[in-house]
Amino acid sequence: MNDEYAGDSSQWAFGTGFEDPLAGVDTTVPPGVDPAELAAYCLMLGDDALVMAQRLSEWCSRAPDLEEDIALANMALDLLGQARLLLSRAAAADPGVVPALPEGSPVPAEDALAFFRDAERFRNVRLAEVENGDFAHVVVRLLLFSVARLALLERLRASPDQVLAAVAAKGVKEITYHRDWAGRWFLTLAQGTEESRRRLEAALDALWPYQAELVAPHTGFGVDPATLRDEVDVVLDQVLAVSGVERPDRPPLSGTGRDGAHTAALASLLAEMQVVARAHPSGRW
Amino acid sequence: MSADRREWPLYEVFVRGKRGLNHVHVGSLHAADDAMAVRHARDVYTRRNEGVSIWVVRADAITASSPDEKDPMFAPSGDKVYRHPTFYDIPDNVPHM
Amino acid sequence: MTTTPAEPEALEAAFEATIARHDRIEPRDWMPDAYRRTLVRQMAQHAHSEIIGMQPEGAWIGRAPSLRRKAILLAKVQDEAGHGLYLYSACETLGVSRAELTELLLTGRQKYSSIFNYPTLSYADVGTIGWLVDGAAICNQVPLCRTSYGPYGRAMIRICKEESFHQRQGYELLMTMMRGTDAQRAMVQESVNRFWWPALMMFGPPDADSPNSARSMAWGIKRNSNDELRQKFVDMTVPQAEALGVTLPDPDLRWNEERGHHDFGEPDWEELAAVIRGDGPCNAQRMAHRRAAHEDGAWVREAASAFAAKAGAR
Repeated sequence: MNDEYAGDSSQWAFGTGFEDPLAGVDTTVPPGVDPAELAAYCLMLGDDALVMAQRLSEWCSRAPDLEEDIALANMALDLLGQARLLLSRAAAADPGVVPALPEGSPVPAEDALAFFRDAERFRNVRLAEVENGDFAHVVVRLLLFSVARLALLERLRASPDQVLAAVAAKGVKEITYHRDWAGRWFLTLAQGTEESRRRLEAALDALWPYQAELVAPHTGFGVDPATLRDEVDVVLDQVLAVSGVERPDRPPLSGTGRDGAHTAALASLLAEMQVVARAHPSGRW
Repeated sequence: MSADRREWPLYEVFVRGKRGLNHVHVGSLHAADDAMAVRHARDVYTRRNEGVSIWVVRADAITASSPDEKDPMFAPSGDKVYRHPTFYDIPDNVPHM
Repeated sequence: MTTTPAEPEALEAAFEATIARHDRIEPRDWMPDAYRRTLVRQMAQHAHSEIIGMQPEGAWIGRAPSLRRKAILLAKVQDEAGHGLYLYSACETLGVSRAELTELLLTGRQKYSSIFNYPTLSYADVGTIGWLVDGAAICNQVPLCRTSYGPYGRAMIRICKEESFHQRQGYELLMTMMRGTDAQRAMVQESVNRFWWPALMMFGPPDADSPNSARSMAWGIKRNSNDELRQKFVDMTVPQAEALGVTLPDPDLRWNEERGHHDFGEPDWEELAAVIRGDGPCNAQRMAHRRAAHEDGAWVREAASAFAAKAGAR
C-alpha cells in the first residue's frame, strides 16, 4: 500500500540509521576535551531524556482525548530519540561508562546503559522520575523541564563536540514544540475552570521543589546549567504572569539526581523498564 | 457524562504536502479552539513528514453545495466539450501544440 | 434555489445505481437507513477496536527490551490512536459524534474486536500481534479501501498505508528473537501457540452463521466473505511461519492440492461467542482502562472548552 512513499524513507517514523543512532558519524573526541567528562555530560542529558520519555509513554492510551494521546506520544518519541543519541555518544566517548555484559552479548551500548545500570548510576534530575499524576502534573513537569532543556540545548549547538552540537540542534526544534505545548496547556488550565486551576496549582506546588536541580551548577565539560538560571527564570515568570499564577514559595529539595541520589520512584521505574532486558542479557531484539 | 455534551468542535484539516502543491483535505479532528486545532493537526496528520503547511477550519463554517442540486450545479458543464483541448483536431506533424 | 423533492423510489434507485457502478456514496447523499446504520455500526466497531487495541501492546511499552523497540512500539500504538481517530471521523460524517460513540462503547452497546480481550504475556506477543493480528487485520482492511462509503474508504487507505509498518515490525521482531537464545525461541513459539486461533477468529463466524454479511456485501460495505478472507490469511501465513521456523498449532493444517489452498482445523466458535459476550480473559480490564482514561480526562476537556469560550468572548 505504500508505493507512493517507497522512494522516501523520511516518511517513516524513523529515518535511515535507526539501528545505530550514530551510524556514519565521526565520534572522535575533539582535542582538549576530556572523554570521561564528555561522557558524563551526555549521560546526564541522555538520562533526563530517557526517564522523561518513560514517564510520558506511560500516558499512552490514558490521555484526555485521542489527539492529546498522540501529542504526548510524539513528545515521548522525540525524547527517546535524544536519549538514544546521547547514550550512544557517551558510550563512544568513554566506553568505560558502559556496564559489562556476558561475553558475546549482542546488546548495543545504548541499551547496556539504559537497561543494565542501577538507579544510583543514573544521572537524571529527579523532576523526570517522580511518578505521574493527573494531566496538570504532566503539563507542569513538561513545562519546567522543557524551559530549562531548551535553554541548554540552544547553547550546546555551539559545543566543541560536533556530535553533541548536532544532537542539540535537532533537539532544539523538538523541545521548542514541547515547551509551546506545555505553555499553552499551562495557560489553558490556569484560566479554564476552577477545578483545572486548582489541579494546576497543586501540580506546580508539588513539582516546584525539583525545578532548581535543572539549573544546578555542573563543573567540567559542557555548558554549565547554572549559567542559564536567569534566562530560565524569565521564561517561567512570563508563563506564570500570563496565566495569572503565583510563583510557588517552596524551597528546593536538597541533594541531586546528578550525583545518583534519587527518589524511590526511579528504582521502581527502572524495575519495570529493565525487567525484560535483564532477563535476557544475551538476547537479541 | 455532562462534560461531553460540550464536546470539542470538529475541524477539517488541509495539508500542503510540499511547496508548490495545494493544501489537500486529509481528515478531521476535535479541538477546543483554532490554535489547538493546528497543533492537533500537526500531531495527528503530519507524523510521517506529510506536510509543510496546515490549514484548519471548523467543520460548521463550511458551506457546501447540496447533493439535491447536483444536476443544476454540475450537469450543464458536462456538454461543453469545446472547453477541453482534446476537442480540437490538429495534425500530428504540427509542433508545439 | 428550489428543487422538487425526489420521490423515495427515485432516491433509492439512484443509490442502487451508484453502488452498482462501484461509485462511492458520499456523506450528504441520500442513503437507506439500514445502510447508514450498518455503516455506523461497522465503522464504530472498527474505531473502538483500534482504541481498545492500544492496551494489550501498550502494556509492554514500558518494558520494551531495547530503546529501538521501545520507539517502534510506542509509534505503533500511537498509530492505533490515530486510526481510531480517522474512523471516528468517518462516523461523524454521518452525524454521529465521537462522544456518542465513546458512550456506546463504554456502556457496552457497541463492540470491539474479540482479539483484544486476550492477554499479552511476554514481549514475543508484541511480535506475534504485529505478524498475526495485524496480518489478519490487513486481510480484512485492504478490501475496505474500496468500500462503497467514501469517507470510510479514504480512512482505510490512510490506515492501510500506516499499517504496513505494523506487520513488518512484528515479523522482524520475531525473526530477530528466533536468531537469539533458546529461551527467546521458546517464547516466540509459545506466543504463536496462543495467538493463532484467536487470529483466525478475527474474521468472524463462518459465512453460514454471519447473518449481516450478505447485505453488507450487496451494498459494497464489505467486499469479501469471512471464510474467503480467513482462507486467504491461512494461505499467506503458512510460508511466513516456515520462514520464521515456528509451528502453527493446528494438526489439521496441510496443503490441499485439489483446492489449491490449505485445509485447516475449525476454530472454537464457542470460545469466540463467549469472548464477544464479554466473558473473555480481559474484557472487564479493557473496558475499565478505557473508562478510567475517559473519566479522568473529563475535567481537562471541560477546562479547554471553558478557556476557548472565555477567549472567544474577549
